[in-house]
Amino acid sequence: MYRSHVLVCGGTGCTSSGSQRIRERLEKEIAANGLSEEVGVVKTGCFGLCALGPIMIVYPEGTFYSMVQEDDIPEIVSEHLLKGRVVTRLLYDETTKTDKIIPLNETNFYKKQHRVALRNCGVINPENIEEYIGTGGYEALGIVLTEKTPEDVIQILLDSGLRGRGGAGFPTGLKWKFAAANEADQKYVCCNADEGDPGAFMDRSILEGDPHAVLEAMAIAGYAIGASQGYIYVRAEYPIAVKRLEIAINQAREYGLLGENIFDSGFNFDIELRLGAGAFVCGEETALMTSIEGNRGEPRPRPPFPALKGLFQKPTILNNVETFANIPQIIVNGPEWFASMGTENSKGTKVFALGGKIHNTGLVEVPMGTTLREIVEEIGGGIPNGKKFKAAQTGGPSGGCIPAEHLDVPIDYDNLKKIGSMMGSGGLIIMDEDTCMVDIAKFFLEFTVDESCGKCTPCRIGTRRMLEILEKITKGQATMEDLDKLEELCYHLQSSSLCALGQTAPNPVLSTLRYFRDEYIAHIVDKKCPAGVCKDLLQFKIDPDKCKGCTLCARTCPADAIIGSVREVHMIDSEKCLKCGACIEKCRFGAIYKE
Amino acid sequence: MKSLEELRAIRAKMQGKVGVRAENENQIRVVVGMATCGIASGARPVLTALSDAVQEQNLSEKICVTQTGCIGLCQYEPIVEVLEPGKEKVTYVKMTPEKALEVLRLHLLGGQVVTKYTLGAAQNSL
Repeated sequence: MYRSHVLVCGGTGCTSSGSQRIRERLEKEIAANGLSEEVGVVKTGCFGLCALGPIMIVYPEGTFYSMVQEDDIPEIVSEHLLKGRVVTRLLYDETTKTDKIIPLNETNFYKKQHRVALRNCGVINPENIEEYIGTGGYEALGIVLTEKTPEDVIQILLDSGLRGRGGAGFPTGLKWKFAAANEADQKYVCCNADEGDPGAFMDRSILEGDPHAVLEAMAIAGYAIGASQGYIYVRAEYPIAVKRLEIAINQAREYGLLGENIFDSGFNFDIELRLGAGAFVCGEETALMTSIEGNRGEPRPRPPFPALKGLFQKPTILNNVETFANIPQIIVNGPEWFASMGTENSKGTKVFALGGKIHNTGLVEVPMGTTLREIVEEIGGGIPNGKKFKAAQTGGPSGGCIPAEHLDVPIDYDNLKKIGSMMGSGGLIIMDEDTCMVDIAKFFLEFTVDESCGKCTPCRIGTRRMLEILEKITKGQATMEDLDKLEELCYHLQSSSLCALGQTAPNPVLSTLRYFRDEYIAHIVDKKCPAGVCKDLLQFKIDPDKCKGCTLCARTCPADAIIGSVREVHMIDSEKCLKCGACIEKCRFGAIYKE
Repeated sequence: MKSLEELRAIRAKMQGKVGVRAENENQIRVVVGMATCGIASGARPVLTALSDAVQEQNLSEKICVTQTGCIGLCQYEPIVEVLEPGKEKVTYVKMTPEKALEVLRLHLLGGQVVTKYTLGAAQNSL
């Protein structure tokens, strides 16, 4: 039995910043100090503060160390683990702002968070089923199988108000009810772990940090609709998640929590993994099921909906990872508990992957109805370098942007739709004043052009034509007629594409047009990029009053585009200039500017 | 897995261990002096005895056993301090694993300060 637990993050973020080596060194140092019997090292899932990785927490004190380097380990072991003296210089700076070290859950980043789906991430060892059971795991499955009927389970979900966390926000209970009502010799439960939005990684973190929660919820779903087989469709690009899922499935089988006659109830359920090759379209439900069947991942028209004819033509339910992760908690704590969080039509919490121009990048889970301002300014710690907030992009390539005027809108499914964006899977990319909105729209269009499966014409050709117009705009070659054509194309794609990929592809364009039309016009009419991003519309210039003739810029320029000799005002040859910005970074007098 | 009881038995076994990772403001903090002086006079077995007992008895969500540096009373080591929210700090001196378990039973669980082991008692007897 250990008197102290050292938790080291083993999520993808911290693994890439070297947490594996840190864990090995830690174990070595602990052994060298003769503490192996007293101190246990635990590899956990994501803590959420990925920008500060590698992250380590020492319990029972709850000391939070950030950006730990291998060379810091001997000090942590001999000072903290042996003698109980906290290594103050490695503490997360938010906890040391005052004289007293404040607990982690009182820091700005964690204070407003409410962890339901992420409750075990960064707390338990995901490769040990007993730790999951120790925090109340599989209790919900036990209760459901021994005390509830399938109808009870569906009613609990309906009462809880849980809606799908994958994007569209369809009520989960209703989905299950439809599938349960359809008679068939076989039904299926599928888990959509094909997280494809650029910048979203909450599903990965849940699978890495708490895989059993998803397995447990899938078994509950199987019982509720009458299915005995489940599939998890996960990206092959998530190797850590895949490995932990495999371990979890094997352990669950070993403990009789998957397999035959679970809890002696006569209920059988098993789960298999299917690895996706990373096509964005496979996150669409019909394409995902086509891919599980072994065919090329392409969508098909609906109806029939999967609840009637899904995987292998049998009634199927498909839920997202985060949706599943909420379900065991709803069963154990009751639907009223879940419904007490959030807003009128959006209950519970939502995980956001916070990224872009923000101080604390990482995963945050907040009750629905939290405002964007709270997320950006309080939890996210604001925008670095004193820049101004311009917009936030939600929902990835299917979503839209939220401008500063809507910072105080409570975030939920309906409000986001009203202001022209969508919840999506929860990617939240913050943009500051240096971001060009036309360029952002172009970025997402490039993504959808790449990811369009090509089955239907509106999406295959429409997205390509839209991208061409956007390229013309950013090069300063477009006319106002092009802008009208772009808008018209948007509406055609929305109404005639086969699946959600094409139907939602115009959203980034439409929402930037709605809030930042003046930027489009500046590109087209004035041939200027107000944010100074679109290179074809930029000129780099040197302010003759500020230039001291130090020659630093001329020596830095990779294209030899800067002319001038010592102590003379320099000039930039715009013909040769690559607009790389290297000179701006080097100039000590702020003499170089973009126009 | 055949029954909820079976599951709950595993949960009870694990709860104490995982509970060490709970953060709770109302926890009673038990601090063992683990500087060189403390370790030299035998603080480590005291610390492990307390920590094991708390976990075995599933008390880790209520009681947090942790260590600290030199308290400054080296001649009285091993020292164990009990910090209960809203109450005055109690300092136990010259602890052994057996004495520490007595403190756990009588003070932490029973609510009765074990006066004979406190710093005050040790100083009075001089």
